[in-house]
Amino acid sequence: MEKRVVFRSRWLPYALVAPQLAITTAFFFWPASQALFQSLLLQDPFGTSVQFVGLENFAHLFRDEGYLASFRITVVFSVLVAGIGLSFSLLLAVMADHIVRGALVFRTLLIWPYAVAPAIAGVLWIFLFSPAIGILPYWLAKIGIHWNHLLDSRQAMTLVVIAAVWKQVSYNFLFFLAGLQSIPRSLIEAAAIDGAGPMRRFWTIVFPLLSPTTFFLLVVNIVYAFFDTFGIIDSATQGGPGQSTTVLVYKVFQDGFKGLDLGSSAAQSVILMAIVIGLTVVQFRYIERKVQY
Amino acid sequence: MAEVVLRHVSKSFGKTQVIYDMDLVVADGEFVVIVGPSGCGKSTVLRMIAGLEPVTGGVIEIGGRVVNDVEPKDRNIAMVFQNYALYPHMSVRENMAYGLRIRGMPKAEIAEHVARAAKILELEGLLDRKPRELSGGQRQRVAMGRAIVRDPAAFLFDEPLSNLDAKLRVQMRLEIQKLSRELGTTSLYVTHDQVEAMTLAHRMVVMNAGRVEQIGAPLDVYLRPASAFVAAFIGVPPMNLLAGRVGEGAFTLGNGLVVRLPAGAPRPPFGAEAILGVRPEHLAPVGEAEAALTLTVETIERLGADTLAHGTFDGNPMVVRLPAEATLQPGTRLALGLVPDEIHWFDPQTQKRLDLPGG
Repeated sequence: MEKRVVFRSRWLPYALVAPQLAITTAFFFWPASQALFQSLLLQDPFGTSVQFVGLENFAHLFRDEGYLASFRITVVFSVLVAGIGLSFSLLLAVMADHIVRGALVFRTLLIWPYAVAPAIAGVLWIFLFSPAIGILPYWLAKIGIHWNHLLDSRQAMTLVVIAAVWKQVSYNFLFFLAGLQSIPRSLIEAAAIDGAGPMRRFWTIVFPLLSPTTFFLLVVNIVYAFFDTFGIIDSATQGGPGQSTTVLVYKVFQDGFKGLDLGSSAAQSVILMAIVIGLTVVQFRYIERKVQY
Repeated sequence: MAEVVLRHVSKSFGKTQVIYDMDLVVADGEFVVIVGPSGCGKSTVLRMIAGLEPVTGGVIEIGGRVVNDVEPKDRNIAMVFQNYALYPHMSVRENMAYGLRIRGMPKAEIAEHVARAAKILELEGLLDRKPRELSGGQRQRVAMGRAIVRDPAAFLFDEPLSNLDAKLRVQMRLEIQKLSRELGTTSLYVTHDQVEAMTLAHRMVVMNAGRVEQIGAPLDVYLRPASAFVAAFIGVPPMNLLAGRVGEGAFTLGNGLVVRLPAGAPRPPFGAEAILGVRPEHLAPVGEAEAALTLTVETIERLGADTLAHGTFDGNPMVVRLPAEATLQPGTRLALGLVPDEIHWFDPQTQKRLDLPGG
């Protein structure tokens, strides 16, 4: 059957896509082209002199120890957020799939964190972990752990990872639960009759059948850790102590708006843009093809 | 190989009882088919034997061992599911080897078992394909292969042919019959299709609303149905059933129409309420004088080998099987005679068969 719509009018198709194009132009193409342009310029903090420097901003970035450190921090942060986030959500989804009574309450509670704004999530965790007034440092002190994420960079990283994971667990949970529920019961029963115990059934039947969901979530979570955790980091640690939680997207903000180094900040944005485009390509290319059974 | 025994088995889901006090002994090597309309509890019986549903009351034994609290994996049974339940991410070979690998069988031995099963089921060319690359009939075969490769004590089939088209179903029915004859493994087969039940079973169990109506060899069930339900369920088209009161040489129906009973036919005592049953093939056109009843034909189905004439008699739908060349059209009045030995009687209260001497 012919599914494509054929328009008689010349201008109608353009008129129909115009609103979408206008939004994309105003909020993506225009700022993106500005960033691209800016990344080639060197500007003083007061905007009085502008100089074209070509790729000098990029070259400078890759010689900058601070920027490379931020890259490493981002990778560690993303791996932790995606890894812990996915495993924890899968565990919750598997448990939710088994419970019969109160399933709806359980699911609703798990979905709630997703409705909380990132900055509020950050503040929430600051209060919980505040070295002076937080309840968790008080308990930790009782078992001999001295908590102060304002001084200890590992603890700061732990804090932002926990906050970021907590925020994303709902989303992952929903997808995993839907994935689990789409696996026919008879497959699990067949495996049980074939002699597989619960753990074996999970690793040989359920987990492989979830792989398309898992791969999709992996990409989504990496993108999330790279770009959507700004609010959490800004409210919880502001990238500190020192540089220890300054992920790439936070560094863009710091160098641009606090350091007023617009050229370098724009160049960093362009690099981030290239990364997100790369991840999107991976997602579209492989999600349909490679991860299939 | 083993015997499967059910003793006073019952099953409830919450407050709803779905199986009532079921007794069944499947002898070693026997092929038993459980047949009944949807919702009669037949699949539940199979799932209880497999260990996928807990038993509410009674005892299930496999090979002389009570298995009520034994996990499915330790019951040594194999099951073929209606939707085949093949593992979609594994090749045909891996699907068949899965159960053996879990049991820790050495690789060489697994390969040998799989090869033998593949040969029996003619799957040799398909071993490296994934289930999605197979046709319905091939998937069905793989599901059977997965069952026979393990050499279990018993096979359980849960409506294995219902997802196939009519032609493949007939073909697979014959193959299952052949396979079961060759392997000689105890088998329990659940279906709603009475043709499958008639053709495959050594013995069949007819179930209705959670209760066993009759257990017996297919032909015995067909010739001597134990209840009005069995009479109506087994046989295509079903047996004609007429409720009424026994009179002198006749049977009077609710609205006053009369069926003349042939001399020498067994009949309940004078004045008794009863249900008269007669199969469509045991009604034959006769002259007006000796007719038991006269049916006005409403619909005609010409099947090629024979012709079915449908009508109503005193408000009861009736069907007659006639020779292929029978000349009739809607509105034709058929004078039909009864054969004395082919009349069945059922008690209208209990619905049970009445065994009566000829008179």
